[in-house]
Amino acid sequence: MLCAALPLLWLPLAGAAATEEPTPEPGSPGEPPPGLALFRWQWHEVEAPYLVALWILVASLAKIVFHLSRKVTSLVPESCLLILLGLVLGGIVLAVAKKAEYQLEPGTFFLFLLPPIVLDSGYFMPSRLFFDNLGAILTYAVVGTLWNAFTTGAALWGLQQAGLVAPRVQASLLDFLLFGSLISAVDPVAVLAVFEEVHVNDTLFIIVFGESLLNDAVTVVLYKVCNSFVEMGSANVQATDYLKGVASLFVVSLGGAAVGLVFAFLLALTTRFTKRVRIIEPLLVFLLAYAAYLTAEMASLSAILAVTMCGLGCKKYVEANISHKSRTAVKYTMKTLASCAETVIFMLLGISAVDSSKWAWDSGLVLGTLFFILFFRALGVVLQTWVLNQFRLVPLDKIDQVVMSYGGLRGAVAFALVILLDKTKVPAKDYFVATTIVVVFFTVIVQGLTIKPLVKWLKVKRSEHHKPTLNQELHEHTFDHILAAVEDVVGHHGYHYWRDRWEQFDKKYLSQLLMRRSAYRIRDQIWDVYYRLNIRDAISFVDQGGHILSSTGLTLPSMPSRNSMAETSVTNLLRESGSGACLDLQVIDTVRSGRDREDAVMHHLLCGGLYKPRRRVVCLNQDPNKAHILHLYKASCSRHFISEDAQERQDKEVFQQNMKRRLESFKSTKHNICFTKSKPRPRKTSRKKKDGLANTEATNGKPPRNLSVQDTAAVILTVESEEEEESDSSETEKEDDEGIIFVARATSEVLQEVKVSGSLEVCPSPRIIPPSPTCAEKELPWKSGQGDLAVYVSSETTKIVPVDMQTGWNQSISSLESLASPPCTQAPTVTRLPPCPLAAEEPQHPFNLPYDPRPSFAFPPSLAKAGRSRSESSADIPQQQELQPLMGYEDRTHLSPGTANSHWCIQFNKGSRL
Amino acid sequence: MIRSEPPALLTGSFSQASLLRLYHRFRALDRNKKGYLSRMDLQQIGALAVNPLGERIIDSFFPDGNLRLDFPGFVRVLAHFRPIDDEDPGIRDPKEPEPLNSRMNKLRFAFQLYDLDRDGKISRHEMLQVLRLMVGVQVTEEQLESIADRTVQEADEDGDGAVSFLEFTKSLEKMDIEQKMSIRILK
Repeated sequence: MLCAALPLLWLPLAGAAATEEPTPEPGSPGEPPPGLALFRWQWHEVEAPYLVALWILVASLAKIVFHLSRKVTSLVPESCLLILLGLVLGGIVLAVAKKAEYQLEPGTFFLFLLPPIVLDSGYFMPSRLFFDNLGAILTYAVVGTLWNAFTTGAALWGLQQAGLVAPRVQASLLDFLLFGSLISAVDPVAVLAVFEEVHVNDTLFIIVFGESLLNDAVTVVLYKVCNSFVEMGSANVQATDYLKGVASLFVVSLGGAAVGLVFAFLLALTTRFTKRVRIIEPLLVFLLAYAAYLTAEMASLSAILAVTMCGLGCKKYVEANISHKSRTAVKYTMKTLASCAETVIFMLLGISAVDSSKWAWDSGLVLGTLFFILFFRALGVVLQTWVLNQFRLVPLDKIDQVVMSYGGLRGAVAFALVILLDKTKVPAKDYFVATTIVVVFFTVIVQGLTIKPLVKWLKVKRSEHHKPTLNQELHEHTFDHILAAVEDVVGHHGYHYWRDRWEQFDKKYLSQLLMRRSAYRIRDQIWDVYYRLNIRDAISFVDQGGHILSSTGLTLPSMPSRNSMAETSVTNLLRESGSGACLDLQVIDTVRSGRDREDAVMHHLLCGGLYKPRRRVVCLNQDPNKAHILHLYKASCSRHFISEDAQERQDKEVFQQNMKRRLESFKSTKHNICFTKSKPRPRKTSRKKKDGLANTEATNGKPPRNLSVQDTAAVILTVESEEEEESDSSETEKEDDEGIIFVARATSEVLQEVKVSGSLEVCPSPRIIPPSPTCAEKELPWKSGQGDLAVYVSSETTKIVPVDMQTGWNQSISSLESLASPPCTQAPTVTRLPPCPLAAEEPQHPFNLPYDPRPSFAFPPSLAKAGRSRSESSADIPQQQELQPLMGYEDRTHLSPGTANSHWCIQFNKGSRL
Repeated sequence: MIRSEPPALLTGSFSQASLLRLYHRFRALDRNKKGYLSRMDLQQIGALAVNPLGERIIDSFFPDGNLRLDFPGFVRVLAHFRPIDDEDPGIRDPKEPEPLNSRMNKLRFAFQLYDLDRDGKISRHEMLQVLRLMVGVQVTEEQLESIADRTVQEADEDGDGAVSFLEFTKSLEKMDIEQKMSIRILK
């Protein structure tokens, strides 16, 4: 058989390989032995598996393509797309091969494609939810399916009697009942495919989906009974046969469930002893579940029910027994297989529909069937729900009923069953096939497409997923126990009573028997939730901590607190953090706790003290030895680096750091100046050097950072990286970091305030902005951490500012203001302090940063630095030398305020002007 | 028999059938036909003895140190578990006390199972006791303590190291209490 999908590939190669056209198979008996062939083409030996793999590949690729566009997949269910793709592919195959190929074979479908899907759904079925709604599910599955089958079949027969179905459709009442039985069952594959994307609330989902799984037994029985009746001929059917039919319903369903449970037991028991051979654990799960399916199929029991029960029953014990890795393997393999099977099913459905040779169209039959299945489904749901609501604690409301009626999708099971019909016994088979295809396509495509908007329009309660909390888990157990106790007291042996009994039994015997001892010990639901929460916290903790560490590149021995934190368990950590802290580390981020502050300090320490290989970096450091704003300064200096490559940047940074240190020591020894003052200088000098003679060079490649200053001053630095880049002609590297905005607010009391601020602790705590800043990181620096940050300031910052320095500051402020905003009249003016005269750009970041209305003003480091550098040029001779180039730079900026660059934005309050 | 009970006492507003049913049950539990239930009577219920919270639930039937449980008291406790009927939410007089089966009262019932010393707070110690009952013996004491710590901290918002009723309700605000704390048969 030619592979229609690969005709072009195959033919030329075949021609090259074999000389004989009709029998390309090498070594066929008629030929003389060709001797040792250098190259042999053996398509036929690999044909079957090759084609299977190829089809799955095509389907998977198609899935990838579908999901390239989020828009399409959000509107159209994947199953629709796959069916349509199948139609197209089928058309191509038909056109190429001149005959329909690769249809959905019932054998393949039932033996290979269906089991993975059912196993997946059974294994991952939320069992509590399932059993909570078991009554409703069973009702819909059994009564509903029976109702649908009989009413649809009878109504179609009535339609035929009424003459609305063309007379060429030769079918008796039994034929129609047979057809009704196969067309009436809601299909698990289709329901799953559509409802998984709709996200209705859990109860609704479990009812529709549970029904689609459990109605298999009814469908199988009805189908088999009707089929045998048809084959026997309606005249030969005895009364006992009807009784047998009814009895077989119980045999098939209960038998299937029993087979499933037996295998679940075996499976759980087997996995108890796999401690030494962990690697086969996933295999065991699949093998035994498949064995359950095949066994049930072999015994003509409901195979779907068997696998569902097997998955449902074994999960608890298997999950406890197998290793963590095996659990992951089982989960992913199961999902992969199910998804594969589902994809292939829908695609093959589409392909099969192309084959018109199996079709026979009758409009009356098709339209009638469509109408009846919708109508009777809705009617059945309404009637059953009315009855059920008499017994339900939470009644199903009308909207639920609409969704349930509309969600009754038909799918591949019906198609496979109709293909299985014997044409000699059922003369109208072709018509039934066509009708089934139309029904399946209609439900999957039309209803599948519209159910999402419908659910939205009806405002159906959606499922809400929230993280489990220990409290919820614990209290839920409490409620269960309470309800069980109340039922005891009331003397009513209801659902809670039996669930409680079952749990006792499970605890006493089943778990002891089926779980390995070590697993049993820790297998408690509350413990489990606790364990999972801890794992999650640990992961997020590591993520967070890992980020910090990675940004610095290593762990510092000088950071005892961080190290100790890493060592302590999450629980201890939580305990340490005290009652004020939330358990969830993620929450801790947003809650300013002592731990958080400590983190920030650590962070700053790390940032300041280490060279950071990353672009975004630098910040201030609060070295135990030198605490300073200086570093902050310096940090800003680093911005000026343009890093063409990492090496260069690193060199520069190291250089800068050295520079800064030198300056610091110099100043501190010489002038005993407040560090805040000295800070500006080093930065300038370093920048100076960097920029060298060419003052034109802009400050580039600065890693952006947010500087937070103590509450006395609101200083926010924002670096507009884009602008920087533009300004920097020589630099090619672009920094996509956030900018630094410098917002300085000064009041009229600047003069006095400056003095005060000099003596005050000015604590700049610029922080690294990690690539993905956490809430705390975003929040910490200036918004929340203001008061707290003072803690980190070392005592050295509190040195008294010499008088000459203060005057220098004032001067610098005034000069800055004048240069930046000459005649400032507006209340809060935004002025730009240009580090780079070349780039004249507006800061793109609006100043939406929190404004601190407090009048107190602490000299923002950057301002201080700038001002001081000017003033000191005259005051300090030694410093002046180093600052010299910088001075020139400043002067230039002063001269050309219009071209001021926007890298540094300084926002003053009105009152700050002198 | 049931007629003899003054309906005003029956705060649960049970249906007649339910009341009758409860009354029969009450009489069946009352072994010596003494007209009230003692703790012993409730402890005789087999399944209740196995229930990890059984003792505490029995306690809640005997509030304020009472030793006798009469039928109105019996009904009043059970009224907590009546499903909430949504038919007449607006008709009720706002001045009337909240019905016993309201969400708040259901939660309060659960809360007082934890709060042994009746101080309005679930302390860490009380949480630990409940956990010890529920989790069973497989988990070590140390693990239990860390679970208790975490549970308290999780719900504790004001940082006093205990869970107040408000915090308790908050930790469960996403849960369908009306459904989870109702028994249909008590309609």
